[in-house]
Amino acid sequence: MTPKTDRRTLLMVGIAVPIIVLFATALLGMNLFMAIVLGLFLAARMLFPDDRRATVAVIVLAILWAVALPFVHDEGGEFMSIGTLILAYAVMALGLNIIVGYAGLLDLGYVAFFALGALTAGWFMSDFFSNAGKGGDGIHFGVSEQASGLFGIHFNFLIVVVIAIVVCTIAGMLIGLPTLRLRGDYIAIVTLAFGEIIGRIVINGDQLHFGDAPLVGGGLEKVFGEGAVFSAGREGITPIDKIYLPPLNGGEPFLSLNLRPWFLVALAMVLIVLFVNYRLRDSRLGRAWIALREDEVAAASMGVPLVRTKLLAYGTGAAFGGISGVFLASRLSVVNADQFQFFFSIFILAMVILGGLGSIEGVLIGAGVLVYLNFKFIPDVNEKPREWFDLDLDLSELSAGIYGFLLVIMMLLRPQGLIPERRRKMELVEHVGTGQTSGVGGPSDDTLYEARA
Amino acid sequence: MPIRANTRDRLRTYIGQYGLIAVLLIMPVVFGIHDLVEDGNLTRLGNNFVAGISNGAIWALIALGYTLVYGIIELINFAHGEVFMIGSLISAAWFWGTIGLTEETALIALILGLLASLVVAMLASGALNVMIERVAYRPLRGAPKLAPLITAVGMSFILQNVGILWIGGSPEGVPQLVNPQKDLFDIGGVVINQGDLLALGTTIPLVLLLTTFISQSRMGRAMRATAQDPEAARLMGINVDTTISLTFLLGGLMAGAAGLVYALYQTSIWYFQGFQAGLIAFTAAVMGGIGNLQGAVLGGFIIGIIQQTSDNRIGGEWTPAIVFAYLVLIMVFRPQGLLGEETREAG
Repeated sequence: MTPKTDRRTLLMVGIAVPIIVLFATALLGMNLFMAIVLGLFLAARMLFPDDRRATVAVIVLAILWAVALPFVHDEGGEFMSIGTLILAYAVMALGLNIIVGYAGLLDLGYVAFFALGALTAGWFMSDFFSNAGKGGDGIHFGVSEQASGLFGIHFNFLIVVVIAIVVCTIAGMLIGLPTLRLRGDYIAIVTLAFGEIIGRIVINGDQLHFGDAPLVGGGLEKVFGEGAVFSAGREGITPIDKIYLPPLNGGEPFLSLNLRPWFLVALAMVLIVLFVNYRLRDSRLGRAWIALREDEVAAASMGVPLVRTKLLAYGTGAAFGGISGVFLASRLSVVNADQFQFFFSIFILAMVILGGLGSIEGVLIGAGVLVYLNFKFIPDVNEKPREWFDLDLDLSELSAGIYGFLLVIMMLLRPQGLIPERRRKMELVEHVGTGQTSGVGGPSDDTLYEARA
Repeated sequence: MPIRANTRDRLRTYIGQYGLIAVLLIMPVVFGIHDLVEDGNLTRLGNNFVAGISNGAIWALIALGYTLVYGIIELINFAHGEVFMIGSLISAAWFWGTIGLTEETALIALILGLLASLVVAMLASGALNVMIERVAYRPLRGAPKLAPLITAVGMSFILQNVGILWIGGSPEGVPQLVNPQKDLFDIGGVVINQGDLLALGTTIPLVLLLTTFISQSRMGRAMRATAQDPEAARLMGINVDTTISLTFLLGGLMAGAAGLVYALYQTSIWYFQGFQAGLIAFTAAVMGGIGNLQGAVLGGFIIGIIQQTSDNRIGGEWTPAIVFAYLVLIMVFRPQGLLGEETREAG
């Protein structure tokens, strides 16, 4: 197939490639050569959007490129720490993308799954249940030698991930149940409510004694040890075991200063999640989600089982949040209830919307941009100008405003997201043709607003 | 088969009507019985209700802004809580100092001064809300529905930052112009204090004015028409953009009034007060049936009562969880909210 060589595409390539190279090198601190290769991948994608062979080649090369990334960068350097965070958040953003982007269910409580995943890590990867096990010696399974002598419950990272997936999938479906009859923004408010409720329960978890639970209280105390509580509340659970996956890092638990194995594990998570995302999108289920998003009534009359399809969207999306929650808890070595704020849900949602709802590549870039802004740019804004200009100016007071300003500007410039999903892009163009642009928030026949004195 | 469907429908209607009432009555009944057994009367519950209603009056004013805006452009205006916060700051941090209102000001001067600051706070918040709409929402008409949600969050961060720059990062005490804790009446042990009078005395007239304006005036009719169908409204010669601006203005006016009452009632202001208040008020609007003015007010009162009862009986740290649990239950039993009509959006 010949490349798309119309002037518009070339212009877009000319703009997008330098931007991504500049962003990666100057802002993220990526190696220049690796950044140029990244730019070439992007150019290839844009020039051959429909060529199957080119796509496969780009994907294979991109995976090799990503695996090589940690070895050309300083093992404890800034790029590695930001890169690992970007990957971890990308997992969550891709999970939320399934709920919001594919199935069109606006979820404002995604923090709940991060909280549950992180709390699972807190339970099963730390000395939090200090009286657990026979004689208070702790319970250990598949952990390093040094961890197997510790109090508390210590399971291998992979087992904890599986537990977190199960917990979050069930929680996601339970949260989904009350929203089945709801539509639109009512779903948003119910999910928001669950996010807040779970955050509150974790904050006040130090008051919830397992022994007080009706019926099962005695059994729970036997498993988790005497005096076990639900969470450590605002004090936080710390330290969390580092990931221990024998061939990696020479058979030792990971170190907080050597980020290479962390990066590789995060990359593996992203690749698995990406694979699941792509495969799901084109599967029967994925098409059912998209049909649901476009028109629920039409989808139902075409035989899409609404309840099952919706619950599967919630469950799948939630599982990714849990996986990433376990990883982040281990990476940051703390599970603190104050992490689980409404802001977190908005942060992840912003990645999805900014990147382009339903667009996998867009969501990845959205995660990159927002993690960079939140964890590097904003802290830098406070430090750098003072170093450069020797100014006695405290910009840290302005950080929230700058962040907000950037969100507004990015959305105004690209309301459809950085890389809109193709299907949506076609819809947007269609709407321009049929005079839909003048409408206020789309067509609506409902009286949503009434006033009776 | 039709008979079965009919029975199921009827069952659903019953659950919708009575299940909700049962849910709402859980807390009053449980604690009422508790009070009767322990104290032999309902004074404590009554006091919870009075305090809850006056707190709820503030939420009601903010919730009106959410419900108005949602009704007309189907947008959750996340910046609305911050507009309320700015209203508080303008009246408390700037206006009272400028015109010199203190605890010692004579009664007549105090009343006039407060009325003036009410007007200032309302106008400033209204203008701010209109400006936000112009800058952050209007350019995104016709864009994907979720895009304005993110600009709304962005605006809310910017306004919080304005608050930080203005009064700093920690809560600031303000002069206790109206002693909200001073008792006025005592009805069988249930105390009504000045704060209750202040909150209800501001909210009720404003709500009546607003509903009258929307149901009687020409502009109000234009708003309702736009809410129903913007395209048709435009064809009928209504200027849709102006009408939307007017809606934001009205919402902002109410938020400004709420800001002033909040500052007088809580005697402290904080840059972050708008966030929590916004979340609560939005919950109130949804609970009452979003788009419905009376519903928003009712939702505000109900949430206020739940909060006070929970603060007083269960512990303040659990209150948000209980409020949101109520919200979920209400959504389960009556997806369209308390006073909302069944629409396609929430059928």
